[in-house]
Amino acid sequence: MKKRSLMQRLLGAPYILWAAIFIIVPLIIVVYYSFTDSAGNFTLDNIKGLAGYKDIFLISIEYSLIATVITLLISYPFAYIMSRKKESTQRIMMMLVMLPMWMNLLIRTYSWMNILEKNGIINNFLALIGVEPLKMIGTPGAVIFGMIYNYIPYMILPIYSVMAKIEPSLLEAAEDLGSNGFSKLRRIILPLSMPGVVSGFTMVFVPSVSTFYISQKLGGKIMLVGDAIEKQIQSLYNYNLGAALSLVLMVLILLSMALMKKFAGDSGDNILV
Amino acid sequence: MKKTLCALLSGVMAAAAVLTSCGGSNTTLEEPRAEYTRDLAGTTLNVFNWGLYISDGSEGSFDVNKAFEELTGIKVNYMNYESNEAMYAKLKSGAVSYDIIIPSDYMIERLKNEDMLQKLDMSKITNYDLIYEKYKNLYFDENNEYSVPYNVGLVGLIYNTTMVDGTPDSWSVMWDEKYADNILTFNNPRDAFAIAQFLLGIDVNTTDKAEWDRAAEKLKEQNKVLQARVMDEVFNKMEGGNAALAPYYAGDFLTMQENNPDLAFVYPKEGTNIFVDSVCVPANAANYDAAMMYINFLLEPEVALANAEYMCYASPNTAVINNPEYEYYQNEILYPSNADEMNTEYFYDIDIETRTYYEKLWEEILLAD
Amino acid sequence: MKKHSGNIFIGIIYFLLYAPLLVMVFFSFNEAKSTSVFTGFSLKWYRELFASSTTMTALKNTLILAVLSSVIATVIGTAAAVYIYYLRKKWWKNTLDIVTNIPMMNPDIVTGVSLMLLFVFVGRLVGAANSLSFITLLIAHVTFNLPYVILNVLPKLNQTDSHLVEAAQDLGSTPTEAFFRVILPAIMPGVTSGLLMAFTLSLDDFVISYYTTGSSFQTLPLLIFSMTKKAVKPDMYALSTIIFVTVLVLLLAVNIGQIKAAEKNEKHK
Repeated sequence: MKKRSLMQRLLGAPYILWAAIFIIVPLIIVVYYSFTDSAGNFTLDNIKGLAGYKDIFLISIEYSLIATVITLLISYPFAYIMSRKKESTQRIMMMLVMLPMWMNLLIRTYSWMNILEKNGIINNFLALIGVEPLKMIGTPGAVIFGMIYNYIPYMILPIYSVMAKIEPSLLEAAEDLGSNGFSKLRRIILPLSMPGVVSGFTMVFVPSVSTFYISQKLGGKIMLVGDAIEKQIQSLYNYNLGAALSLVLMVLILLSMALMKKFAGDSGDNILV
Repeated sequence: MKKTLCALLSGVMAAAAVLTSCGGSNTTLEEPRAEYTRDLAGTTLNVFNWGLYISDGSEGSFDVNKAFEELTGIKVNYMNYESNEAMYAKLKSGAVSYDIIIPSDYMIERLKNEDMLQKLDMSKITNYDLIYEKYKNLYFDENNEYSVPYNVGLVGLIYNTTMVDGTPDSWSVMWDEKYADNILTFNNPRDAFAIAQFLLGIDVNTTDKAEWDRAAEKLKEQNKVLQARVMDEVFNKMEGGNAALAPYYAGDFLTMQENNPDLAFVYPKEGTNIFVDSVCVPANAANYDAAMMYINFLLEPEVALANAEYMCYASPNTAVINNPEYEYYQNEILYPSNADEMNTEYFYDIDIETRTYYEKLWEEILLAD
Repeated sequence: MKKHSGNIFIGIIYFLLYAPLLVMVFFSFNEAKSTSVFTGFSLKWYRELFASSTTMTALKNTLILAVLSSVIATVIGTAAAVYIYYLRKKWWKNTLDIVTNIPMMNPDIVTGVSLMLLFVFVGRLVGAANSLSFITLLIAHVTFNLPYVILNVLPKLNQTDSHLVEAAQDLGSTPTEAFFRVILPAIMPGVTSGLLMAFTLSLDDFVISYYTTGSSFQTLPLLIFSMTKKAVKPDMYALSTIIFVTVLVLLLAVNIGQIKAAEKNEKHK
């Protein structure tokens, strides 16, 4: 036991040190700015000033949640089908899922605009077959779609990597004992894949709430909390308000995650706790 | 899987190595107007500039930085920023020391007031006499001590002739219900407010909150006909025929027109914004002498010509303006002949209190229906 | 029937994933300097690419940064995941969980600026003229990569039969041996997907990079995003196309190689 705990400590030490310096200290800086004004005096004005941003917070969380759930609904079957393929196929599929994200974000977004624009590829095609053009850019749908597109691989990969190891013999045994497709899913696949689902959910929901670029380009007129923070910090050089907004965002995300953990129950317990 | 990744990573690095050894372009100054020594060879010069804001050798053009390196032996580190504010944030933090920055007029005023710039040694910038008189003694640098003009620009209205009736001549067309959902505007408060301010006859640099409120009301009215607020997406939107009207910079219009001849440009009668981007040296610059050489180099006729043709904005350098072989020689869009009668306004740096006020208004506008 | 519908579904999703890529490849061959109006076929942007030393250097820098930061993050992150997994004290485990998520929770600009402020503080302390450099950039990248590695490895650890490790130790292997011979192979898929994600994130990061890089290290995203005052030209599309095709070809080559090797193994049996 002693040997194990020494090696354990060694394993964790680099990370703890790294986190202390490069995650905790910057966090303290953020907290410091949230509770001070530009002269460095303690104040609660920044936090109080956030009341006006209530709507933006709600919209951002709403969009992210919708995007994350849809991403999950698409990624789950995708990951499952992927995990049942030949191993060499699985490897190729994994790379192919990630590859589109190697294209620069700006270029990806421009290309989507090309496709979804008023005079874009989809509408030109619809015109050919005599259908009315659709308004896609500038709608909340476009923003949510943008979020889904940019984060899908981050949901597929963790779920897939867990599903890949679900023993096929387990499923065969279940079938032999009379289980049909749906109950197989519910009783075997779902619980066993939960750790991957929870990870995936985190990696999609959390960053998408604070995203800013996508909403500007695809949304056109919509402002999300990421945009608001960026504006405070960059345009107004108001680190105090920007930090406060970010701190509150962090708290909101933590609350949402805690709620979700409760919802996922014990199966989610192992990963994040 | 491990093997695949290893192969991938090494392949990618090999590609990188091969790629960086390629390249070659026009890098020699034919007839330098000033003297350049190699006394500072081996030192480095840190330049911080907008993206796509210098002739860099693409499409057979003159590679300014390479040429400077060849001529003086000074290594140029060239970094980019996408807005004045982003540049300001980096500079203010003191995190990095740059030798050359190229901010816009109002930002120069702010930097100067905050003692973040240092005076230029004009005796070393011998090519300064080439600068057009009109761009000397500007409001943000009345004694021409801190900056040397690099670029001049005008905002105007771009419109698609197949989608718009007649020839618009007023900013009010951007509120016209006829073009609902086909109108674009700037995605930043200063430029967007300016249009409303010109229309209402308000000073774009006002500090009167009531006037900002009036302009904000006007902008809120525009929401129902707006398609989107844009910056760089305006190129794709206008070229692709996705919108009918958009305000943007004259030089960029020329680029768009090349790709879509249906586009036209007009300077609305109420007036418009004029801007100047100038070269400055931050107070914490490490290589001041090299900076002086670089500024002088940028003013060289060949260099200024290459830059002007690359960026398509108007040049403040007489050697370019008066050069008949200049691609945009006497171009009506860049150098309107009625420039003196036009109502052009520079943006001044506005105090933080007013700035915070109009940013709050901007948020309301964004959230209003 | 089931198999076919599954494959159709996969096909559709891949098509959606690659739709913008197809648009990008298409416009990389554009005659005009536009990314929305196609006027004719031309290879000029590919030629242009190699003429710009700025672009090539930025590409090289981006690749070096991505490789280094993803590898370092994977090593530290995998070790951390194992450490967290074996923790007994719940409060400490909870704390580490929250800490792990923090870099993901902050908008990039907050992470970037707060790290910059940290580096400036340290820089002032040691009296450096420049607080930022390639090292600070690398540190920043590793920092935002770490959560993704940990979140990919932990689920695999959960899956691994804990008895396996005890059995290995009972049979006489040291903890180190148990780690490398038993745990690591079992969690390898998680480590690999973590590495892949970290590499991808690093390739694409713009905001954090802007605030933590020094005066001489330009990356591709920084270069491309700074082009937003004017227009992004098709040469960037050509660059992305080249990257995409290179990776695709390598992927196919390695996989064909492995299939051939597997066949060879079969023969020798």
